[in-house]
Amino acid sequence: MASIPAHPTSPAEDLSRPPHERYQAASHFKDREHEFDSVKMGVWLFLATEILLFSGMFCAYFIFRLLHPEAFIAGSHLLEVKWGLINTIVLLLSSYTVASGVRHAQTGNLKWLKINIALTFLAGAAFLGIKFYFEYWHKIQVGELPGKFFFYPYARSEYEPLWWGVYWVATGIHASHVIVGMGLFAWLFLRARRGEFGPGHYNAVEGVGLYWHIVDIVWIFLFPLLYLIH
Amino acid sequence: MSHAAHDHHASYLAYKGSPDDPFWSVKLPRTIWDWASTIDHKKIGVMYLVAILFMFFLGGMAAIAVRTELWAPTKVQTINDATGEVIVGAVPAGVKSHTEVRGNWIGHRMGEGENLAKSNELYNRTMTLHGVIMVFLVIVPSVPASLGNFLLPLMLGAKDVAFPRLNLASWYVYLVGSVFAIIAIIQGGVDTGWTFYTPYSTTTDDGFLRVTWMVTGAFILGFSSIFTGLNFVVTVHKLRAPGMGWFDMPLFVWGIYGAAVIQVLATPVIGITLLLMIFERTFHVGIFDPRLGGDPVLFQHFFWFYSHPVVYVMILPGMALMNEMIATGARKPIFGYRAVAFSSLAIAGISFIVWGHHLFTSEGEVAAIVFSALTFLVAIPSAVKVFNWLATLYKGSICLNTWNLYALAFLFLFSIGGLTGLFLGSLAVDLHLHDTYFVVSHFHYVMMGGTIIAFVGGIHFWWPKMFGKMYNEVGGTIGFVLVFIGFNLTFFPQFVMGSQGMPRRYANYVSEYQLYHQLSTIGAYTLLAGFLTHLVNFLYSLAAGPKAAPNPWGSLTLDWTNTSSPPIEHNFEHEPVVVHGPYDYDNVLPPQTRPGDYILPKPADVATGH
Repeated sequence: MASIPAHPTSPAEDLSRPPHERYQAASHFKDREHEFDSVKMGVWLFLATEILLFSGMFCAYFIFRLLHPEAFIAGSHLLEVKWGLINTIVLLLSSYTVASGVRHAQTGNLKWLKINIALTFLAGAAFLGIKFYFEYWHKIQVGELPGKFFFYPYARSEYEPLWWGVYWVATGIHASHVIVGMGLFAWLFLRARRGEFGPGHYNAVEGVGLYWHIVDIVWIFLFPLLYLIH
Repeated sequence: MSHAAHDHHASYLAYKGSPDDPFWSVKLPRTIWDWASTIDHKKIGVMYLVAILFMFFLGGMAAIAVRTELWAPTKVQTINDATGEVIVGAVPAGVKSHTEVRGNWIGHRMGEGENLAKSNELYNRTMTLHGVIMVFLVIVPSVPASLGNFLLPLMLGAKDVAFPRLNLASWYVYLVGSVFAIIAIIQGGVDTGWTFYTPYSTTTDDGFLRVTWMVTGAFILGFSSIFTGLNFVVTVHKLRAPGMGWFDMPLFVWGIYGAAVIQVLATPVIGITLLLMIFERTFHVGIFDPRLGGDPVLFQHFFWFYSHPVVYVMILPGMALMNEMIATGARKPIFGYRAVAFSSLAIAGISFIVWGHHLFTSEGEVAAIVFSALTFLVAIPSAVKVFNWLATLYKGSICLNTWNLYALAFLFLFSIGGLTGLFLGSLAVDLHLHDTYFVVSHFHYVMMGGTIIAFVGGIHFWWPKMFGKMYNEVGGTIGFVLVFIGFNLTFFPQFVMGSQGMPRRYANYVSEYQLYHQLSTIGAYTLLAGFLTHLVNFLYSLAAGPKAAPNPWGSLTLDWTNTSSPPIEHNFEHEPVVVHGPYDYDNVLPPQTRPGDYILPKPADVATGH
C-alpha cells in the first residue's frame, strides 16, 4: 500500500497527486503559464508556415485555372461532390471534438478528454478511409491520374492531366497532414491515459488542437475550389 | 556503491559544469553521447559551427576547382572520328575525318585522351556543388545556427532557447539534409546550378535519382531552418531578462530576429516548390512542364519568392554581428539605435516584395518595371545601417583587433556589393549585365564580403567567450590581410570582365578574358591561404591559447558582463537584471574587466562603475 508523505515539500514531489498536477515547467521558463504561452506562440508560428506551404499550392491552382479554365471545369465535374461533402462534415465534427477535448482538459474532465481525443482520431481515420477508398482508389482504376500516368479515355481537354496533377498534389499533401494528425492524437491518447493532462498542464492538447484546426481550414478551402466551382 | 566511488561521483558532479570544466571539453567521463543528446544551446551552437565550417571547406574546395579550371581558356582536342583517339599535333594523312572538341583544363588533366565534352559537364557539376553547398549548407545557417544559437539566450539573459529539444532536432535535420546532398554528390553530382531552374532540372540526368536526392536534401534543410527561426522568434518574445525591453536588446538580437521572421515565413514556400519539383521529376505532374500545360516561369516565381528573402536571412545576421563589433571596437554607443533596429525589420518586410528582379527577362514588362522600382527600396534600410555604423565610428577609439578589421572590411566590401546591386536593379543596365560575371561578383561581394566576412570576424570576436581561450592576434591579422587581399583579387576582376560580357557558368572563354580570370584564380588561392591561417590559429588557440577573461574586449552585453568564459551550463549564476543599455559606453565601465584586461583605451570620463 502506497504511503502518503505527511509533509510533502512541494506539489512536484507529492506522489499522491496525479501527474498533471505534479508537472513542472522546463527550467528556463518562469512557471507553467510562461511555458504555455511560449508553446502556444511557437505553434501559431508553425501554423503560419503551414498556411504558406499550402498557399503555394493555392497559387498554382489559381494560375492554372486562369490558363486552362476548360480543363479545370471538365476535371471538377469528374469529382463526386457527395464524398467531398461527407468528408467536410466529418472534419467539421472533428473540429468540434478536438475543441471540446481542450475544454475538458481545462476543466479537468479527464474521461471526456480521452473520449474526445479518440473521437477525433476516428474522424481522421474516417476521412482518410473515404478519401482513399471511394476517391483515390476509384480514380486510380479509371485513370484520372496526374501527368504521364493519366489514361482516362474521356478527357475533354488536353490539359486535364495538369488538373489531376493539381488535384492529387493538393489533396495528397492535405491527406499527409491528416495522417500526421492521427499520429499526434494517438500520442495524446496514450499520454492522457497516463493522466499527464489536466487543468494545469495541457500544452500538447492545445498545440495539436490548433494544428488540427489548420488541417481542417485548409480542407474548407480545398473543398469548394476543387469540387464546387464549375 | 563503495564509499570511494560515491566520493568520486560527488566530486564529478561538483566538477561537471564548473569553470574548470568548460562545456566544450570532451574529457571523459563525458562521451560523444553527451554531445549527441545535448539540449544546451551553447553545445548545439558549437556543433553547428563545426558542421558549417566543414561544409564551408567542402564548398570552398569546389570553388578552388572551378577557379583552377578557369586559369586557361578553351582547350581544343582533335579526335579521330574512326577510332575515337586523340590526335596530337598535325592530323596524319591517313585520317579520313576528325572532329575538334572544345573542353576544359580539369577534364584534360583528369582523363587524358577522354572526350573533352564530358569534362565540361564535370565543370557544371563542380560549379553546382559550390553553389548548393555554400547557399543551403553554409550561408543560410551560418550565423544564426552557430553564433546565433550560442549567443541569443546569453544576450537576452535566458537559460536556453524557448524549445531546446526542437533546437537539437534542427541540428539532426541539418545532418540528414546534408547526407541527402552528399548522396547526390556521390552519385555523380548535379549540373543544374543551385537555382534548379525548370525545365532543365526536371529533365536532366533522366534515369538518375541524383537531382531528386539533392532537391530532397534542400527540402529537408528547410525544416532545419524553420525550426531555428521559430525557436528564435519565440525566444526573443518570451525569454528576455527582467528589465530588458525591446529597445534594450543588443542589436545583434534585432538582426537575428529579423532573419528568423524571414526564415519562418519564406522557407515553407521553397518547401512546396521543391516538393512540386520532386513530384514533377518522379510523376511528371506537369505543373512546371509547358508540354502538359504547366509553366516553368511559375517555378522561377516560387523559387525567388523564397530565395530572395533568404538572401536577407543570409545578410541580416551578418549585419547583426557588425553592430556588436563596431560598438565594442569604437567604444561608443551605436548611432541611431532605433533606426538600426527598425531597419532590420524594414529589410525583412521589403525582402518579400522584390523577388521579381530575378526575372527581369522572363516576366512581363510591367512587372519588371514595378519590381525594379521596389528593388531600390532595399537600398534605404541597408544604407541606414551602413551610415549609422560610420557615424558610430566617428570620433571613436577604434581598435584594430582581427574582429574589428573584419568589421571595417565589411563596411568597405558590403558597400561595393550593395552599390553594384543598384546597377543590376536598373532595367536597362541589367539587360546588358544579367547572366554575366558582374552578377557573380555582386553576389559574392554581398554574401561573402558581407556575411562570411562578418561571420569570420564574429568567430574571432566571440572565440574567447565560446572556448575560454584567446586566439593569437598576429596570426589573426595575417589571416585577415590574406583574406581581404584575396577576396578583392578574386572578385574585383569579375566586375570588369562581367561588364565586358563574360557570361557566368561557362567552363570555356575567349582568351581576351584570360588576364582577369588568372587574377581571380590567384585571388582564390590567396583566400584559401587566409582561411587556412585562421584555421591553424584557432586550432592552436584550442590547444595552447592563453585563458580568456570573462570580458576581454570590455563589452557591455550580458554575454560578456554576466557570465564566465566559457559560460557555465545554465549560462548565469543568477538571473541577470538589466541595469544599463547594451552600448552605454559613455557612462558604464565594462563589468568583469580589470584595467589592462582589454587592450582598448578606457573612456576618459567614466563617472561610475558597476
